[in-house]
Amino acid sequence: MPAVSKGDGMRGLAVFISDIRNCKSKEAEIKRINKELANIRSKFKGDKALDGYSKKKYVCKLLFIFLLGHDIDFGHMEAVNLLSSNRYTEKQIGYLFISVLVNSNSELIRLINNGIKNDLASRNPTFMNLALHCIANVGSREMAEAFTADIPKILVAGDTMDSVKQSAALCLLRLNRTSPDLVPMGEWTSRVVHLLNDQHLGVVTAATSLITTLAQKNPEEFKTSVSLAVSRLSRIVTSASTDLQDYTYYFVPAPWLSVKLLRLLQCYPPPEDGAVRGRLTECLETILNKAQEPPKSKKVQHSNAKNAVLFEAISLIIHHDSEPNLLVRACNQLGQFLQHRETNLRYLALESMCTLASSEFSHEAVKTHIETVINALKTERDVSVRQRAVDLLYAMCDRSNAQQIVAEMLNYLETADYSIREEIVLKVAILAEKYAVDYTWYVDTILNLIRIAGDYVSEEVWYRVIQIVINRDDVQGYSAKTVFEALQAPACHENLLKVGGYILGEFGNLIAGDPRSSPLIQFNLLHSKFHLCSVPTRALLLSTYIKFVNLFPEIKATIQDVLRSDSQLRNADVELQQRAVEYLRLSSIASTDILATVLEEMPPFPERESSILTKLKKKKGPGKVPDVEETKKERNSDMNGSTEPASVNSSAVTMSTPSTSTDLLGLGSAPVLNSVAPPSAGGSLLVDVFSDNSPAVASLAPSAEENFSSPRIGSTDVVSDDPAAAVHDADELVDKFVCKNNGVLFENQLMQIGLKSEFRQNLGRMYIFYGNKTSTQFQSFLTAVICQDALKTQLNIQTKQVDPAVDGGAQVQQILNIECVSDFVEAPILNIQFRYGGALQNMSVKLPVTLNKFFQPTEMTSQDFFQRWKQLAAPQQEVQKIFKAKHPMDTEVTKAKIIGFGVALLDMVDPNPSNFTGAGVIHTKNIQVGCLLRLEPNTQAQMYRLTLRTSRETVSQRLCELLSEQF
Amino acid sequence: MIKFFLMVNKQGQTRLSKYFEHVEIHKRTSLEADVIKSCLSRTKDECSFVEYKDFKLVYRQYAALFIVIGVDEAENELAVYELVHNFVEVLDKYFSRVIMFNLDKVHIILDEMILNGRIVETNKSRILAPLLVLDKMAES
Repeated sequence: MPAVSKGDGMRGLAVFISDIRNCKSKEAEIKRINKELANIRSKFKGDKALDGYSKKKYVCKLLFIFLLGHDIDFGHMEAVNLLSSNRYTEKQIGYLFISVLVNSNSELIRLINNGIKNDLASRNPTFMNLALHCIANVGSREMAEAFTADIPKILVAGDTMDSVKQSAALCLLRLNRTSPDLVPMGEWTSRVVHLLNDQHLGVVTAATSLITTLAQKNPEEFKTSVSLAVSRLSRIVTSASTDLQDYTYYFVPAPWLSVKLLRLLQCYPPPEDGAVRGRLTECLETILNKAQEPPKSKKVQHSNAKNAVLFEAISLIIHHDSEPNLLVRACNQLGQFLQHRETNLRYLALESMCTLASSEFSHEAVKTHIETVINALKTERDVSVRQRAVDLLYAMCDRSNAQQIVAEMLNYLETADYSIREEIVLKVAILAEKYAVDYTWYVDTILNLIRIAGDYVSEEVWYRVIQIVINRDDVQGYSAKTVFEALQAPACHENLLKVGGYILGEFGNLIAGDPRSSPLIQFNLLHSKFHLCSVPTRALLLSTYIKFVNLFPEIKATIQDVLRSDSQLRNADVELQQRAVEYLRLSSIASTDILATVLEEMPPFPERESSILTKLKKKKGPGKVPDVEETKKERNSDMNGSTEPASVNSSAVTMSTPSTSTDLLGLGSAPVLNSVAPPSAGGSLLVDVFSDNSPAVASLAPSAEENFSSPRIGSTDVVSDDPAAAVHDADELVDKFVCKNNGVLFENQLMQIGLKSEFRQNLGRMYIFYGNKTSTQFQSFLTAVICQDALKTQLNIQTKQVDPAVDGGAQVQQILNIECVSDFVEAPILNIQFRYGGALQNMSVKLPVTLNKFFQPTEMTSQDFFQRWKQLAAPQQEVQKIFKAKHPMDTEVTKAKIIGFGVALLDMVDPNPSNFTGAGVIHTKNIQVGCLLRLEPNTQAQMYRLTLRTSRETVSQRLCELLSEQF
Repeated sequence: MIKFFLMVNKQGQTRLSKYFEHVEIHKRTSLEADVIKSCLSRTKDECSFVEYKDFKLVYRQYAALFIVIGVDEAENELAVYELVHNFVEVLDKYFSRVIMFNLDKVHIILDEMILNGRIVETNKSRILAPLLVLDKMAES
């Protein structure tokens, strides 16, 4: 190799570089550079035309200055001029400058394209390569438009030089990345796939990159690449270490290519063809075997290259998740690495094992390494390795080892790096909840979390413990006792005070029998810490106090004294002041009965995904949290009140609609008490009992939910245009949901749309779950809720747009907040658009928002019923329909449907016991419409007669239409 | 894919940077400073892969020089780690003196090895082929 002369003959450049290197300070460097820039600028502006050499020299200097990290705002034109030079060195500097400095939306692209065009046509492989590299580096849309036709031709032409093919492959990949719509598919795909068979391993390397990316988008079209990749891999793996000459790296044959081929195979399921599958298994076994053989070289490069291939092979085994034998071998191999002296290997082994833990075949095998992993947590000197150990413990956790793992994580938390504490807290909280056999353990764990790392316990965590305690009556007494004890500590974290305050406010009575925790002692304990707390906590404690007034009438006077003190009533903080004023007033004027109803124990929270899990997912980015739920379904816990009977009296009273605090003042008067909400009535119950503008209490409702009173976000999404696409099976879908709130709304090969909704009075909240059934990301995912014509004024729907990318296999959730303004007939339409593999998908479905959803059931006696029935006797008030039964006439099913419709089913009201009667009130923002219904089955004729009476004709009509479709 | 390739000295000065996805210049400076800080502070006991924002850094130290590659989750860390070594060996084979004077050629080498964020060639003689053409031209 010739010794390269200084700066390749460009003496000026060499001097300049030497100067820069000799600069003692940043300031000196900048000074020198500015001097040079001024010089170059004057040369470029000068009258004398510069020759190619000087141009090259100055452009090169500019490039160098840029590479040192200084912005360059001129010289682009001169660089472009260099492209048309016939000298390779000048051309090369021109291209280099452009690749490094020209941004893909530059105005110069057209000129550059011209230069590229000439070079591509030159048939000089060196020039062609320069041009192709430039496209691959800059890759603007304009370039794509100019060259998408040429590049595939160059790539598959028989007479193209190998190195040009390589550049062309990567160039095409780049254009596919910038402008996928422009890159034509089809005619050349099979020839590209056959590049995997090319003699030249460099070409195969480049082609594999291209095919992998294209196959991710169009798996079907590149399916044939699987068998070719397997046979290529097999040839490499079984070759002697010298066969591949220059592609052998420290005795490892073509490691980078092997890794790429294994990556490509991860775009597909295990091969269907038995022979291919057998050959692949053989390859994987060979790779695993080689790991056990003595190394061919002591050099670290040898073992690294070998292990790179090994880790990729293990990824493929995990991806296929179908060969128990290979999975267990992979797990054992990783187990060996866990104890390796190379930190890099320990790190990678922990990372790989984390994915292995979610496979049912290897979950148990992974669990055997628990001690090693715990040890890693304690002894690793690198925080990122410890972090991986935490991830792995989280992934391998199940009921059998949860107590041990949670204990170890708590231990570690005491000394853990600040950067990962919050994440550990979330993980501990999730595991403790998920695998709690005994909820006292759960409560202890969370309180420990707060004690050890209170600052890192986010709202989601302490909200969750409260939700769980409220939903499980078997743990309420224990929780009250435990928080009471924890609060004895002279210094406790504010989060503990929040949890303690809340739980004692609800369940303090359960421990009040013990003289050591009498009401007054409980109150004094909380109040002793009151003044040290932040405003939101104090606000919460005030709510606790008013709850105490109800729980413990004997300390009412003490509490009123506290509320009455200047530090409360005249508190500078408006929220605290308001609470103190209102609570004091409430405690003085409301009767015991009213107090008892208003300050009733909280009803159970509706079942929902833990917001902690959501938070962890958000923190880790989509797809990075192994979804324990998915992979270990059999271990599902029933924690969230799902199967439990409601533990709290369901007659808790909530205020009508989102109440402001001022409503509390008007409490003496009756209307508040009328609205009896069933326990499932939405997550904002807490908001209603207290006031909805307090961050501390109001946000106990999960953070994802917005209050209706919050600023209307995304109202622009609710458009009123005509829906573009045909609406799917319109009414049938809507009918399906008339009597139920949850289920699958729509499904095709690409996606599934699930629904969960809850309604209370004139408000509703609908959770729409969009599930991507494919393995490909949906792009530009956009949804719109369309209210047509009159519906625009009748329904008010607010929503937030969802993330525009939906990963393969992922599910995203959208929440609609619905307000019924007046009665309505039509259903809103949900329009969904997204890109799937380049093609635009567009679909519309009717949303099952029907008038009956805004029913509140009304219980009444037989006498009342018929009295009101008679009052609604005007002809336009009654609608009657006689129809044939579409389903078997089963009494129990019919009852369930009527209840599902939203009215109260009135037993024993109708003199004829086989008839059904129901009553309810339709709540809209403008009016409330009382409704009575009577359904008379005639089993002999298989007919029904349905009669509805309401004060409003349109309502009677619509309800009759909806209900008559159900039987 | 490979997001960027950096060569940095122990004083934290960038000696070469190549981005495979467009990054604004002012963002480059702060990104580089950040990246360098997180690599320089690490000891030999710590592993060569660092999680950084939504990607990973793979770094390797040669005397006073650090080479840092930013990759996304679709890359094999060890393969990238050895790619760095392969690159250094190519430089060793070609250059007999400080590469600082030949940054343009280092770029040519990089272009031969990594294109559009993907490894394109690993064979040393083929990586150097275009440079040899260049040298032959310069001699004549």
